[in-house]
Amino acid sequence: GAAGATGFGSMADTGLLESLLRLLEKVDGGTDSQDVAADLGVDHQVIVGAVKSLQALGEVISTEQKSSKHWELTGEGREIAEQGSHEARVFNAIPDEGLPQNGLMKMPSGKVGFSKAMSNKWIRLDKAHEGGPRVFKTVETIEDTVRDKLQLVQKGQSAKLEDKEKTELKKRKLLSEVTVKSYWITKGSSFSTTITKQETELTPEMIASGSWKEKKFKPYNFEAMGVAPDCGHLHPLMKVRTQFRQIFLEMGFTEMPTNNFIESSFWNFDSLFLQINPQQHPARDQHDTFFISDPALAHEFPQDYLERVKQVHSEGGYGSQGYKYDWKIEEAQKNLLRTHTTAVSARMLYKLAQQEKFTPVKYFSIDRVFRNETLDATHLAEFHQIEGVVADYGLTLGNLMGVLHQFFTKLGITKLRFKPAYNPYTEPSMEVFSYHEGLKKWVEVGNSGVFRPEMLLPMGLPEGVSVIAWGLSLERPTMIKYGINNIRELVGHKVNLQMVYDSPICRLDS
Amino acid sequence: MPTVSVKRDLLFEALGQKYSKCLTCIREQGDEKAEGASDVVLYKIDVPANRYDLLCLEGLVRGLQVFKEKLEAPRYKRVSPADGGEPQRLVITEETASVRPHAVAAVLRNITFTQERYESFIELQEKLHQNICRKRTLVAIGTHDLDTISGPFTYTAKPPGDIRFKPLNQSKEYTAAELISHYKTDSHLRHYLHIIENEPLYPIIYDNNGIVLSMPPVINGDHSKISLKTKNIFIECTATDQTKAKITLDMIVTMFSEYCDEPFTWVSSYTLCIELAYRTETLSGDFINKRVGINESAESIAQLLTRMCLRSEVSGEGDLIQVEIPPTRADVIHACDIMEDAAIAYGFNNIIRSTPRTYTVANQLPLNKLTELLRQDLTAAGFTEALTFALCSQEDIADKLRKNIVETRAVHISNPKTAEFQVVRTCLLPGLLKTLAANRKMPLPLKLFEISDVVLKDETKDVGARNNRRLCAVYYNKSPGFEVIHGLLDRVMQLLDVKPGRNQGYHIQAAEDSTFFPGRCAEIFSCGKSIGHLGVLHPDVISRSELTMPCSAIDMDIEPFL
Repeated sequence: GAAGATGFGSMADTGLLESLLRLLEKVDGGTDSQDVAADLGVDHQVIVGAVKSLQALGEVISTEQKSSKHWELTGEGREIAEQGSHEARVFNAIPDEGLPQNGLMKMPSGKVGFSKAMSNKWIRLDKAHEGGPRVFKTVETIEDTVRDKLQLVQKGQSAKLEDKEKTELKKRKLLSEVTVKSYWITKGSSFSTTITKQETELTPEMIASGSWKEKKFKPYNFEAMGVAPDCGHLHPLMKVRTQFRQIFLEMGFTEMPTNNFIESSFWNFDSLFLQINPQQHPARDQHDTFFISDPALAHEFPQDYLERVKQVHSEGGYGSQGYKYDWKIEEAQKNLLRTHTTAVSARMLYKLAQQEKFTPVKYFSIDRVFRNETLDATHLAEFHQIEGVVADYGLTLGNLMGVLHQFFTKLGITKLRFKPAYNPYTEPSMEVFSYHEGLKKWVEVGNSGVFRPEMLLPMGLPEGVSVIAWGLSLERPTMIKYGINNIRELVGHKVNLQMVYDSPICRLDS
Repeated sequence: MPTVSVKRDLLFEALGQKYSKCLTCIREQGDEKAEGASDVVLYKIDVPANRYDLLCLEGLVRGLQVFKEKLEAPRYKRVSPADGGEPQRLVITEETASVRPHAVAAVLRNITFTQERYESFIELQEKLHQNICRKRTLVAIGTHDLDTISGPFTYTAKPPGDIRFKPLNQSKEYTAAELISHYKTDSHLRHYLHIIENEPLYPIIYDNNGIVLSMPPVINGDHSKISLKTKNIFIECTATDQTKAKITLDMIVTMFSEYCDEPFTWVSSYTLCIELAYRTETLSGDFINKRVGINESAESIAQLLTRMCLRSEVSGEGDLIQVEIPPTRADVIHACDIMEDAAIAYGFNNIIRSTPRTYTVANQLPLNKLTELLRQDLTAAGFTEALTFALCSQEDIADKLRKNIVETRAVHISNPKTAEFQVVRTCLLPGLLKTLAANRKMPLPLKLFEISDVVLKDETKDVGARNNRRLCAVYYNKSPGFEVIHGLLDRVMQLLDVKPGRNQGYHIQAAEDSTFFPGRCAEIFSCGKSIGHLGVLHPDVISRSELTMPCSAIDMDIEPFL
């Protein structure tokens, strides 16, 4: 965390830090850490440590990293700078009367010094000397240029040497070229030449005594992440559900009681003027429906209403030709897992029709529905259906499109288009398309329509009442919102909890 | 929604015009997707599932031409045989009643096929079979070269052993029983065998000389098969649904009578048993205007409808419009269907969008309001929300929880495709345990909850079952953490404003429940009523759920707190 990591390594001693700061006070425009090292006569690495300590104090200094190449003596080079070159040492070891060669060779610098001194013509070898070969000086004095050059480098004056000379010394492994990382140091915004001890955190004692006023505090590392709060998380699909619920409530829609997953065929199909045997229905496949074996049948139906439904299916009526088939109560009784929440809308509209006087209603629901169909990356056997219903006198297709426009505007979708479609219980039926800016095309976002008179009139709703409705799934907009491609990563037990932990809040219009 | 593939060039040729992009009227009636095939461009056109008249090129072109007012909607007519002879007859015997009781038939005379027309004819039958005919269960179509057979024809049903004929494109005769086993491996026909396979009598159609025309709904006879050269076609539709049989037959004859005698005359179609019924509906312009939300004159509405192949005229009385429904439009069964066609022709997107003046006050369902509020505070208590399936296997709610399936009061599904859809869950615990198992790699502890519905059998309800809203939470860690789950109960009760206490408050009391570890389970009582359990899960429950750590759980009903 930010409070944890303050400075690196060990704090350099205060004396050195203050010397550095005093030095910095005197120069205008800053100084290089290498120069500081030279001025204070300490190793550059020590100064680097001091700079890091000062950085940790906040804005005392400001620094900029630099890198430069420079020449440095090797171990052997330093020895030569101190004691002279091997050849000079050999020369100086030889007295006027000369030295036996084998004795000379035993000197530490003997071998190298001998050959160099020979080639410099400082010495000569008398091989025929009695008592063995003997070395003699040939000149009175010598100038040890190698040592001089190395001493120049040691003093940081390598620039005085020619490139050829440096290359020669490098070849003799006396010099090496190194890259040095250094700092360009300037005064910081809170520059001071004195160092105060830094506090890690504010304490109750400091607050009580007021000592915090004199203290300096270690700066925080704001690059680090904070500590995750210990909390629970709402599921993303449920967050989106909350938003859709909110939108309906904002629009004055009342929530329908959809807590009945088991439904009879009667309410799920027949009451909607869907042909009772889904097998006979052009848009449905029997295999789309989960039927119930226990409890297999529903027993209670509003009898008058059931008779009217039977009539409109088998013979027509209410201005309709009907479907002209043999309607059977045995089929209507079959229990199933509801295939849409419209079954609940039908129950609610029937209930509305039983009121003494019709009052306009706006209903909504968001709940699970079940389809026994082929599963893939975007289809599960159960999903959430969002449904809106408005019932009033004289509602038009234009009204339906107007309400849809308002609804989708709240989802952040303003470009809508409508396409004719077929839905067995609405007429007209419209598919709702919105323009997807990312995909650059129109995508289907929902289905809508006006409930058929064959559905409404048998319920007992007044002739002039129209009911407009629309529906969409909750999963699809959620997958788009949270960028999820496989529905199993969102719904069901295979969910990735990390995704749940990390999912942002849901605002559908932004 | 069925998709019709048409060759682009054929479509343009029939339309007499080339179009660069989408045709507006097709777009109104369906969705057009162009697809680049090797060298033939195919248009795949989505057609609404009730518009059988748009399932072939002929119907599509006719609809478009009429819509664009380049053609008047044809009037289909049933005629008598040109030679003045008796109409053909198809006699239906009583034996068919038990297996496939209905049949209708028609004859198309003097038809001229080309390769394309012939293919379209075959394709239309296939499309009808797949859609309105519900994969031949409701209706099966047979087409025959009338010049190879002679009426009257007999539609009867016989034991499979008594039926023997040479089926389409086969070189020898088979009995019906042999045919069933022969076609078991046929990739196409095997899907239709089940319709009659186990019936004692099989449907069969003979001509006057005992020649087998077809054994519906499986296969036609080879003898009467049609070809490019066929001039007179006998069409029979056998069915379990008479209305749909009539619609199907009407569709075929109206679509292909176009190629009889002289093209585009439609006079030579000759039908028997069916009506080719036209029907007239009268409605007012005001009705259409008020339902759609437009303001058009009766004349212009009549014109819109006429363009949709619904020949209409203003009757003269007020703004009444007389609309003629052709046999091709079996989908029009009510004035609202006519209203929709007017709206489609007007263009949905041309209708002005307006806000209804309906005034209502919103109400939340109390149960959902409570659920929403509790969910928020459960996350504040450090638990993460899971969302699990309502359907599961019997094993999930019984064996895995050490319960007997009979005691669960579970609702059973009769036609599950796999075991994961055998029952509706009776508690939320299995879903949470599976969620834990799928997330074993996550850092411990895992704290999950779900507030959702389970379903229990309930004799007092009309359907014999009811939903129950429950709260379930699990704590999964290296130690069972009963105190954590217990603390969650205390917190939930605090949120519900129920104080600890024996009578008006809540308390827990040691209980035995096979899902929980003995001595580590308590029953929750609120106001003296049992509302659920909490405790440490039985080690067998843990291992059967493919988990390895101890786990404590709470499961309670929240409906008493409404």
